[in-house]
Amino acid sequence: MAIIEVTDLVKRYGDHTAVDGVGFTVEQGEIFGILGPNGAGKTTTVECIEGLRSPDGGTIRVGGLDPRRDEAALRRLLGAQLQESELPDKLEVGEAMELFSSFYGNPTDWRELIEALRLTDKLGTQFRKLSGGQKQRLSIALALVGDPKVAVLDELTTGLDPQTRRDTWELIEGIRARGVTILLVTHFMEEAERLCDRLALIDAGRVVALDTPAGLVARVDDRQRIRFRPSAPIDHAVLTALPEVTAVERAGGQLVVTGRGNVLLAVTTALARHQVVAGDLRVEQTSLDDAFVALTGRPFDA
Amino acid sequence: MSALTRLTATEAKLFFREPMSVFFTLAFPPLLLVILGAIPAFREPDETLGGARVIDLYAPVVIAMAITMFAVSSLPQGFATYREKGVLRRMRTTPVKPAVMLGAQLLMSTLMSIAVMVVVLAIARLAFNVSLPRQVPAYLLGYLLCALAMFAVGLFVASVASNGKSAGAIGSLLFFPFLFFGGLWAPRETMNDVLRTISDFTPLGAGVQSLSDATAGHWPQPLHVVVMLGWAVVAGGSAARYFRWE
Repeated sequence: MAIIEVTDLVKRYGDHTAVDGVGFTVEQGEIFGILGPNGAGKTTTVECIEGLRSPDGGTIRVGGLDPRRDEAALRRLLGAQLQESELPDKLEVGEAMELFSSFYGNPTDWRELIEALRLTDKLGTQFRKLSGGQKQRLSIALALVGDPKVAVLDELTTGLDPQTRRDTWELIEGIRARGVTILLVTHFMEEAERLCDRLALIDAGRVVALDTPAGLVARVDDRQRIRFRPSAPIDHAVLTALPEVTAVERAGGQLVVTGRGNVLLAVTTALARHQVVAGDLRVEQTSLDDAFVALTGRPFDA
Repeated sequence: MSALTRLTATEAKLFFREPMSVFFTLAFPPLLLVILGAIPAFREPDETLGGARVIDLYAPVVIAMAITMFAVSSLPQGFATYREKGVLRRMRTTPVKPAVMLGAQLLMSTLMSIAVMVVVLAIARLAFNVSLPRQVPAYLLGYLLCALAMFAVGLFVASVASNGKSAGAIGSLLFFPFLFFGGLWAPRETMNDVLRTISDFTPLGAGVQSLSDATAGHWPQPLHVVVMLGWAVVAGGSAARYFRWE
């Protein structure tokens, strides 16, 4: 059963169309990812779902509710973790939990939540003294304290170190296990690949693909990427001239060659012909990054 | 506990964690009264003041100063900081409307400034024999009208300031002229006619006079009631007009 339905969503800021006909449905109990580069319209999309912005076109239903018309009911159904939202500097963790609990009619037991988020020893700590990861965990706890059916988590792991990021991923899987549907906004491929049941890939305000992570990768399975350190300078034109090669990029001292078919053989042959040895040669498997390039025709971080 | 009660209690706790702001809003007004009262000449009846003592004139001024501290300093700065940090936006995603947060801050500021009023009146009476208000309802009316006008000014500052820092800066700019016309440097009774007329049209001038009138047993003068209500309506209306939650 779909718990979130978005159809033809349009949102403009002045003459800039931030969201241009986005549509997707999220099933109950799913972890659904919205993936895309910065400025793609991800946050605007979820802010419309959260009822923080009025769409200029299209319809949104969350558990059958229209976020703008049924805002009061939506607030009880949906918990949100916002990008760049802070708490008062000197508010303690326990106080924040008590405060936000008082906002809801049937809050969940916040002590249990804090325990699950491993913040119990921080109950008396002020917000300004928490680390980035602790702030994010508190932010998740606050999003869940009202016992929501849907949790929207926006750029949850941005700014976290890799270990904390992995811990946070485990946590989100734990939340899903409690029966909460999760809408996750991210620009990390690895995060989307690891966590999401399904993904909407958004670019320039449009959904360019909607599939499982494996399904997205499968669309571009003949694509390969070769990385190596050339022993001598080599003209990129030599490689780009090869029919198997689609792109050549320099990354520090390394060359990254993307191509199809028997690209590895073609490249090594061409290098041998120019007496260049490929040091540290590595062939990378297709990833979501590649899927993005294939689907939008440009690199993800551009 | 209801959301408003919990929010007000939380705001009060946060307030007490800022020692500088606690000092200036809660401790400084009574301290100033004590300092002024320590000057012997201020405790002597003054012929030019119609037999009143300087310390008698200063009790309402110090009480108005406490309102001003909350209204143009702590209230707008706190609120603009919450907006800047996205606290208000975060509240919008909960069943509690951000307006309740505003209500909690106003409630907290009102309760705290009333506490200062009680302390100042008590010190003035016990230490310097300043008479208590003869017309208590009139005194409370004057007090609340003055607080209403000043809080409206504070909310207007919170609306137009781009962040907490600029709200603080605008607040301090307003602080001195308001208090000047409230009589902090020269009580209204010693002002010349031009200054006193200007003072009549400022919220603190009207407020201080209403408190003095109530102390002497009179109701606030219609002009002063109209002035304070006028500031409340104009500043409050502009605040509502320019208000942003984010």
